[in-house]
Amino acid sequence: MLRYLARKLFIYLLTFIVAVTIDWAIPRFMPGNPVDALVSRIALMPDANAALTSYFIAAFNFDQPLWQQYLNFWWALFNGDLGRSIMLFPTPVTTLIGRALPYTLGLLLPSILLSWYVGNVIGALAARRKFLDNSVLPFGYLLTATPYMWLGILLAWVLGSTLGWFPLAFGYDQSLKAEWSWQFFGSLLYHWVLPFASLFMVALGGWAIGMRNMIIYELESDYANYLMALGAPQRLVRKYAFRNAMLPQITGLALQLGAVVGGALVTEIVFSYPGLGWLVLSGIQNQDYFVIQGVFLFIIVGVLLANLIVDIVYVIVDPRTRVGLQGDAA
Amino acid sequence: MTSTASSAPASPAPKTGRNEVLYFAFRNTKLVIGACVFTLFLLGAIFGPMLATHEPLTFDAPPGLPPSADYWFGTTLFGQDVFSQFVHGLRSSFIVGALGGITAAVIGMLVGFFAGYRGGLVDEVLNMLTNVVLVIPTFAVLLVVAAYLSVRGLGTEAMFIGLTSWPWAARAIRAQTFSLTSRDFVGMARLNGESTFRIIFGEIAPNMSSYLVMTFILLFGGAILTAATLDFIGLGPTDSISLGLMMNYSVMNAALQLGMWWWFVPPGLAITSIVGSLYVMNVGLDEVFNPKLRAL
Repeated sequence: MLRYLARKLFIYLLTFIVAVTIDWAIPRFMPGNPVDALVSRIALMPDANAALTSYFIAAFNFDQPLWQQYLNFWWALFNGDLGRSIMLFPTPVTTLIGRALPYTLGLLLPSILLSWYVGNVIGALAARRKFLDNSVLPFGYLLTATPYMWLGILLAWVLGSTLGWFPLAFGYDQSLKAEWSWQFFGSLLYHWVLPFASLFMVALGGWAIGMRNMIIYELESDYANYLMALGAPQRLVRKYAFRNAMLPQITGLALQLGAVVGGALVTEIVFSYPGLGWLVLSGIQNQDYFVIQGVFLFIIVGVLLANLIVDIVYVIVDPRTRVGLQGDAA
Repeated sequence: MTSTASSAPASPAPKTGRNEVLYFAFRNTKLVIGACVFTLFLLGAIFGPMLATHEPLTFDAPPGLPPSADYWFGTTLFGQDVFSQFVHGLRSSFIVGALGGITAAVIGMLVGFFAGYRGGLVDEVLNMLTNVVLVIPTFAVLLVVAAYLSVRGLGTEAMFIGLTSWPWAARAIRAQTFSLTSRDFVGMARLNGESTFRIIFGEIAPNMSSYLVMTFILLFGGAILTAATLDFIGLGPTDSISLGLMMNYSVMNAALQLGMWWWFVPPGLAITSIVGSLYVMNVGLDEVFNPKLRAL
């Protein structure tokens, strides 16, 4: 069990180092000089010009040798310094991310966990039941093929714009002040419904299909046949099949995280929701590279941590990893 | 996949070889429906731009018109022809899907074949590489790369998508290769002194060709979805129109508030239909190739 976790931990550490290196290397080795682009852009903002230019030179350290730049980058990272935003100079990028993060997490966590749970239940019910199967399967494929933003757009158009049931944009009513009151909380919840619903629905189909296929596979396996031959009730056999089919779905959850985060980013853009996606969009529109890079690192760390949690859950759920029988199966 | 659909045999009776596959292919409704939808959009991408009477990006039409005889899909808020944008965007989607899918398939096959066949240290190293790329949220990487590229073409976009989407394919191909490597015919080829390259592409690859086709189909669909997402966030090609960009323009310019559904419904519907048809085709192909799954 320790070997299993240690191996995983090693991969995540390696991934983190690779990701940070990519983050460091891209501005330095891409065609075109980002500093030139930035300086020419801030020439339009004369008051901030001097402060910004000196900041860029200090931030990129182009006068130092490459290895020194690389070490500096890591040093800054461990001190929690992701640079300063250009569009909102001199706000540190970490502050901007800290402000946006609760919104993104508030969308992501419930939608990922709920869609995973509901999708698995639907898939398990559909397996080997002709009538349900015929409706769940095509509908599931349709949902997985839908681009995240398009379902968001459709929901916003039908439920928001045409019917007027839900607000079209923003994280809360713009006439309210952000404070701890019931009214503000209610507004938050009201604005949260549509983006959450679209994230939830897109992910649902994939889980249902995966679970259905796994259950069918498990029901055809030897232990299921043996139980059936012994005359065990259908319910019992299905229960065992469900438990075994859960395992790949847990691993699948870890693999899907990256895609879901991407989906959350674009969904936020559709609804002008003030999370990381909206931050990235304004970063792109303003060529605010530090913001984009900061969000990138944050997503990497978040996904790696989530992977680690999934691994620990996997060890708890699958006894085989504990005794070291099939440690590398996942 | 389209060639199987077009070269229809007149008599679906024969029972051996390729004809057997074709026989089951035409009786598989999933495969037939998927292939029809896919072909429909492919034809639209090939011939649509010839039918379009307006340029996709010029502002020569009255703004904000709903669909009419002159402007089949209506016009945008700035007076661009939506139909023309749509068919050109369709073309971009297929190009990105094909290029991105091919790039990912080639890398995935090379990594998977060599890791699975060679084993040992090669396998360890390639497996580690696969795991790292698998864990990295590739969309975030694409975000940073695309943001720093000031000029972006369809080709670069497709290449970067391909470079980040291969790991699961490599993993699946590695597992298949691993099981084939222990078979007798591979051992015979080894005894004959054939080169690694020949064994992989002459003995192993043909024996999992159906699997490779299905992997490619999924990579193709995945590349289209990823490209649409990137385009929507504003990091798409800077020199052409795409379905994701159309959605980006419509949302950024209040098409939702104005109820201009003809601007944002067609691009999303097209992506959903294309990718959905690919997935359904994949299930159909699985049933055709795998006798156990055939519903007779």
